[in-house]
Amino acid sequence: MGTSATTTNGHPPSTEVVLEFQDVELGFDRHLVLRGVSFQLHRGETKVLFGVAGSGKSVLLKLALGLLKPDSGTIIVLGEEVTSMTEQQLFGLRRRIGMVFQESALFDSLTVEENVAFRLMEEHLPRDEVRERVTEALRFVELEHTIDKFPAQLSGGMRRRVAIARAIITQPEIIFYDSPTGGLDPITSTTIVELLVKQRDVYQTSALMVTHRLQDGFTMATHRFDRQRGEMVKVKNSDVNTNTSFLILRDGKVIFDGTGRELAGSTDEYIKEYIS
Amino acid sequence: MFRNSPEQAIKERVLAVQEYSLLAGEAVANLARRPRYLSDMILQADFIGFGSLPIVGLTGLSIGAVLALQTSTTLQQFGSVSLTGQLVSFSMIKEIGPVLTSLMLAGRAATGMASELGSMKVTEQIDAMRALGTDPVKKLVTPRVVSTVIMLFFLTILSDLMGLLGGYIVASGRLGLSTQQYWTSTYQQLQFPDVFQGLLKPFFFGFIIATVGCYYGVSTKGGTQGVGRSTTQAMVASSVLILIVDFFLTQLLIWIFGR
Repeated sequence: MGTSATTTNGHPPSTEVVLEFQDVELGFDRHLVLRGVSFQLHRGETKVLFGVAGSGKSVLLKLALGLLKPDSGTIIVLGEEVTSMTEQQLFGLRRRIGMVFQESALFDSLTVEENVAFRLMEEHLPRDEVRERVTEALRFVELEHTIDKFPAQLSGGMRRRVAIARAIITQPEIIFYDSPTGGLDPITSTTIVELLVKQRDVYQTSALMVTHRLQDGFTMATHRFDRQRGEMVKVKNSDVNTNTSFLILRDGKVIFDGTGRELAGSTDEYIKEYIS
Repeated sequence: MFRNSPEQAIKERVLAVQEYSLLAGEAVANLARRPRYLSDMILQADFIGFGSLPIVGLTGLSIGAVLALQTSTTLQQFGSVSLTGQLVSFSMIKEIGPVLTSLMLAGRAATGMASELGSMKVTEQIDAMRALGTDPVKKLVTPRVVSTVIMLFFLTILSDLMGLLGGYIVASGRLGLSTQQYWTSTYQQLQFPDVFQGLLKPFFFGFIIATVGCYYGVSTKGGTQGVGRSTTQAMVASSVLILIVDFFLTQLLIWIFGR
């Protein structure tokens, strides 16, 4: 990318760091899952995290949310060091972050409306305002008609979209996506990726997306959301930066952290084989 | 049989006790913190209390009737069948009512909590709740503890009454006692310490049922198989704890009241 590159929202890329891992290590049952992981995520940036199954991708997201504690190292999220915060302190921070779990993790005893509205209900917002914002969030994921259904009545792809609506309803500053297209058919996967691109380009939300599907990451990097047409389009102008970078984990270590162009030009044998 | 070394197994047990104690302590401490999730408490009270009415009522009635039958055969030898009501009321109110109701509720509510929270744990719903900035202990555990403690108290009273009624059916139907004779003997010898003992125990047992059920639920590991395991463990552990605590609590109360 040229130095004059602008992001899809027309602004130069931000230098503000919203998430930082510093030499983070974590092990389970005497087996190290993450080994000295360090990287940064900037405001408005989307970082796609690649890695084979068991490479520690999901664990990394849980660490960033403070759902797990590292054995060593430091994690800073939105200027706060999560590694030294208590669970009670973390609840406040987590309200500024969105998370889409691998299997959606919708509350199966609640309706779609109650699931999406969960955080707003916890804040005791007026019922009318809650309903309006839930409808808006569901419209974003094109699932307005499912508002009164229960998660069990939805398909896997629909559940994933409801999970996205639940994550974005409060317009968080960062969103973590844990394999948002995992186990879905190609068409539904494209719908989900389009939603992520839309969220990135319309709201400029910083995001860390875990996936093992290369095409999802590359689509994120090579497409932008066209508001006029209301759909995702391929980026043609090389001056437009989709503000999407890549991180590759191998055996718990970061072996690549850079742009799509750098990834394509990598001479590392493992990376070449991985992206081929 | 130990999965790991004996030392490792002992450490795991100690850790489990520590985690259970922390969870139980936090559940109580949450009573002083907002939000208090009143609607969740009412929902749980409905499930635990109202939902358990038939089984608790039936058990109380049946045990009361059996007690009257069993004691009357002994009392007949001494010509004291008229004391049947007294024996039924003493047994039901002081001991059998609270313990049996608690064991029934352990089978219904502790297992229900373990399986429900266990399913939520393995499907990452509890993590999702934490990620949404909500404390799962406050939202899921505390309402269950409060509801169980309150509802077990009332269920025990119901069980006691049904037990007395069961005794009355046998006493009047088979032993030929008059209504006045039976009911007079049931309350004549009862004193405050007896009733106090019977009504104090449900608070302890209710706390055990809810905290043990929730603990096994939130610490579930290993998918659906793990949920099944947690459910069984919750039933066994809560029942054993109820029986152990009952023994020591009874000792203590007898020491305090002298009866």
